Amino acid sequence: MAISRDDVLHVAKLARLALTEDEVARLGEQLGAILEAVGKVSELELDDVPPTSHPLDLVNVWGEDEPRPSLPADDALANAPERDGDFFRVPPAAAVETP
Amino acid sequence: MTTNGWEPVVGLEIHVHLKTRTKMFCRCELAYGAPENSRTCPVCLAHPGTLPVPNRAAIEATIKLGLALGCRIAPRALFHRKHYFYPDLPKGYQISQYDVPLCSDGRFAVPAPGGDREIEIVRAHLEEDAAKTVHVGGESGRIGGAAHSNVDFNRGGTPLVEIVTRPDLHSPEDARAFLQLLRQTIVELGISDAEMEKGTLRADANISVRRAGERALRTRTELKNMNSFSFIARGIEAEVARQVAVWESGGEVTQQTFDYDAATGKLRPHRTKEEAEDYRYLPEPDLVPVEPPAELVERLRAEVPELPSSRVRLLMDAHGRSYESALFIGRLPFADLFREMIKAGWHADDAEHALMNTFSAIDVRPELENLAELYRVYAVRHELPRPVVIEATSASSRAGFSAEPYLAQRAVADLSELDPVIDRILAANEPQVAQYRAGKEGLLGFFVGQVMRETQGKASPQVVNERLREKLKS
Amino acid sequence: MIDTLRLTGEEAMGLVERREISGAELHRAYLDAIDERDGELHAYLRTVDESEGDGVPIAIKDVITTKGVETTAGSRILEGYVPLFDATVTTRCKDAGLPILGKTNTDEFAMGSSTENSAFGPTRNPWDPRRVPGGSGGGSAAAVAAGLAPWALGSDTGGSVKQPAALTGTVGLRPTYGTVSRYGVVAFASSLDQVGPVTKTVRDCALLYRILAGRDPCDSTTVDLPEPVQIPEAEDLRGLRVGVPREMNEAEGIEPGVADAVARAIELCAELGAEVGECELPRSVEYGLPCYYLVAPAEASSNLARYDGVRYGFRAGGATLRELQERTRDAGFGDEPKRRIMLGTYALSAGYYEAFYGQAQKVRTVIAREHAAAFERFDVLVSPTSPTVAFELGARTANPLAMYLSDLLTIPSCMAGLPGLSIPCGLSEGLPVGLQLIGAQFAENTLFRAGHALERALGFDYVPPRLALAA
Ligand SMILES: [Mg+2]
Ligand SMILES: [Zn+2]
Repeated sequence: MAISRDDVLHVAKLARLALTEDEVARLGEQLGAILEAVGKVSELELDDVPPTSHPLDLVNVWGEDEPRPSLPADDALANAPERDGDFFRVPPAAAVETP
Repeated sequence: MTTNGWEPVVGLEIHVHLKTRTKMFCRCELAYGAPENSRTCPVCLAHPGTLPVPNRAAIEATIKLGLALGCRIAPRALFHRKHYFYPDLPKGYQISQYDVPLCSDGRFAVPAPGGDREIEIVRAHLEEDAAKTVHVGGESGRIGGAAHSNVDFNRGGTPLVEIVTRPDLHSPEDARAFLQLLRQTIVELGISDAEMEKGTLRADANISVRRAGERALRTRTELKNMNSFSFIARGIEAEVARQVAVWESGGEVTQQTFDYDAATGKLRPHRTKEEAEDYRYLPEPDLVPVEPPAELVERLRAEVPELPSSRVRLLMDAHGRSYESALFIGRLPFADLFREMIKAGWHADDAEHALMNTFSAIDVRPELENLAELYRVYAVRHELPRPVVIEATSASSRAGFSAEPYLAQRAVADLSELDPVIDRILAANEPQVAQYRAGKEGLLGFFVGQVMRETQGKASPQVVNERLREKLKS
Repeated sequence: MIDTLRLTGEEAMGLVERREISGAELHRAYLDAIDERDGELHAYLRTVDESEGDGVPIAIKDVITTKGVETTAGSRILEGYVPLFDATVTTRCKDAGLPILGKTNTDEFAMGSSTENSAFGPTRNPWDPRRVPGGSGGGSAAAVAAGLAPWALGSDTGGSVKQPAALTGTVGLRPTYGTVSRYGVVAFASSLDQVGPVTKTVRDCALLYRILAGRDPCDSTTVDLPEPVQIPEAEDLRGLRVGVPREMNEAEGIEPGVADAVARAIELCAELGAEVGECELPRSVEYGLPCYYLVAPAEASSNLARYDGVRYGFRAGGATLRELQERTRDAGFGDEPKRRIMLGTYALSAGYYEAFYGQAQKVRTVIAREHAAAFERFDVLVSPTSPTVAFELGARTANPLAMYLSDLLTIPSCMAGLPGLSIPCGLSEGLPVGLQLIGAQFAENTLFRAGHALERALGFDYVPPRLALAA
């Protein structure tokens, strides 16, 4: 199963990975080989078989609506790469537009 | 509604914050307006290894809403992960519902003069809200010019019900009427404040137009971020007009998302999350299915109160109220009071006037035994100064109320008393009379003011108005 | 003088209980052993120098969060991340008086079968440092094998406890899915991940499992055990029905030395009184691996979406948020996570879901049904844990598919959520061979019983000869 360069770039975009040229080539090749191997699952005729998304047969596990203490803001931000006051600081969502 | 033979086709997607004490998947307390990042924990900050635990109250509120909307409650519902990257979506996915939502196939009737409008509810599902990003340093907080962004995770994980309608709405007014009644229903169910200004109710519209009689749907666009009922109606109106113009000029409407800019009344292309169309839904492996037990559904069904739609319908059909007034009067406890007023002999118009203009303004509830007596005041309210009417209304909340002292302050409406005053004033202001007759009708107020001053405010402004107009005409 | 190479967890508990030694002394003794031998092995990413309690210490795989102690999951993207909370299993250990000795090396995000994918360098096998200890829990397995911890916690998604146990001559349990909390376990593939003990003996394994298992309100997918954990005593297998799945014992790629050691162990089962018979798991073996390599990467691609440089961990620069996220993820993740994120994203993306993820979920049903049928006739199924003994570092790194084959025999029962125990059953070319015992759902007690009896009869010496000689 061959994977086109465009496919690799599209998937990388979905996955938010800025791949290097080298990675695009290498991953493309490896993905192709792996997809070919795992594509084997489609050999089976399973129209009547229900999917298993979970190995346990549990239902209705809920918690009660009773508040528990939240973290102090300093703890919440303790691991933050960058903060602005008690906010998590990030670059703007898009490039600054020049007028 | 059709414009130039074009019919709008509108569907709505409504997001409602549930009024639970804690978040959807962790037990951080919900607190509107709390200091930033003071209501978070490892779970809602999506720290490695944390897991969601669903909030029972949110599940119950959603089922209750589903029952009120006439939905089918799924015997087995699933949570899914919906993937996209955004700084205010800490896990990189939103836990939502996909192909098996808790509530589906409902129907919501909006009373209308010619009979109910039925709006089909495709689904109502439960999900978690995103956090809040504040754009800093740019002009007017717009993303485009922001120097950086700040994220506050307090709101992240708030339980949210998403209600999706079929495109059964055919005018901006229909959309507005539907939303108003839906909001009232939600509020009365006690599951949400549903306040657009606070963002606890948000609505997006998808809009297309078609030639009257055409069956197929044309390309639709989406309208987002409208934060009041009027803006929704206006936004839809603007988009319908735009689409009609595009089609009529031989063009083609393309699928697009717009923000409605309330300041300019214009539509602005929405900044989309790229690749937003590929959400890669995945059954949430950290959660187990919800299979609402029959006893639970029945208990919740019993908790659903009488819905505003039936009261609104009755007010329109039996009492000749307009939809807008019926919606207002139909609110509890006004509806009960209205019924009592009618019983006490009030004319429906007067009762409506009292409820909408006086009772609600001064937040007063007359004693039921005083209603008939109070009506004596309201029946002649045009002849009473407004403060007197208000005083009487306040007094009617106490036992032993009598209308007499208030009626005694009736305005002078007797023409034999008023005419001499009016004539005198017209004679004294000849230049203004001439100007009025030459078309400057704004001067009427001037004359009214003079008469009122002369009579020390005791004249009935309405009568004075009419009489002045008559005399100035000749 | 404590012989950490030989001391079991149970013996250590006895020493502490009888006050022959203090918890602090025990802790010190292991830190000394680590000082002495971990330079070569690199089983630990970091140690905890002060004992928090007076019990037998435990090593914890670095995918399990420890409050106040850096937890990286073997990844650069979490470098410097200090959890604000303990994983439920960490809490349970502490509550049982087991202080943390340190955090052990792992393939990045537990993705791998050799511990070579750790961003902080590979762990080496105490039996032969040129070879891998297996993975992803190679750090925990090597630590226990080399006497650098009396026991340890690992995590198993498709064999990451069982396979390293096999390659290092230790005992490893992958519990029934849902019996041990995943809260605080850095997620790889949520519907498969389970924490399990790595020990020197089966009794130690049962003792630890008793501490770990049970419903956790923080993990909606956990349950209470239907019966209490029994610490095995019996030394026979009378009344036990042992099934030998043909495909799992005759699979291509099983080394002859491995096949021989396992065959001898199966004969021993019969000698100990078990009823031994053949059975089949044809589709589980043929489709288990492809099924796993769709389900696990799909869930991984989702679970790893949270590492975006916003709230914690590594952050690369960027003028826009998008740039920051893309660069952070590209620089922060190593090759294997990237490969699996790409694979999983692809398998979930529009147009491919049904053919890949959807179909894999149905295959999962088929695998579960096949196993259920086998457990109507048998109490335990046996096979090699790994087709091979420990391989040399670098031998499979260039070919991901060859590496994935290491888990061929451990994966099928994981897909079905079933418990599996690996015990050493002999040597091949001087390296340990693991015997895999698979049980029905919640049948851990049966596995402990069978594993213990075999362990006694086999008399395997778990101390690597080169370390015994050096000591
Ligand atoms: Mg939504
Ligand atoms: Zn929280």
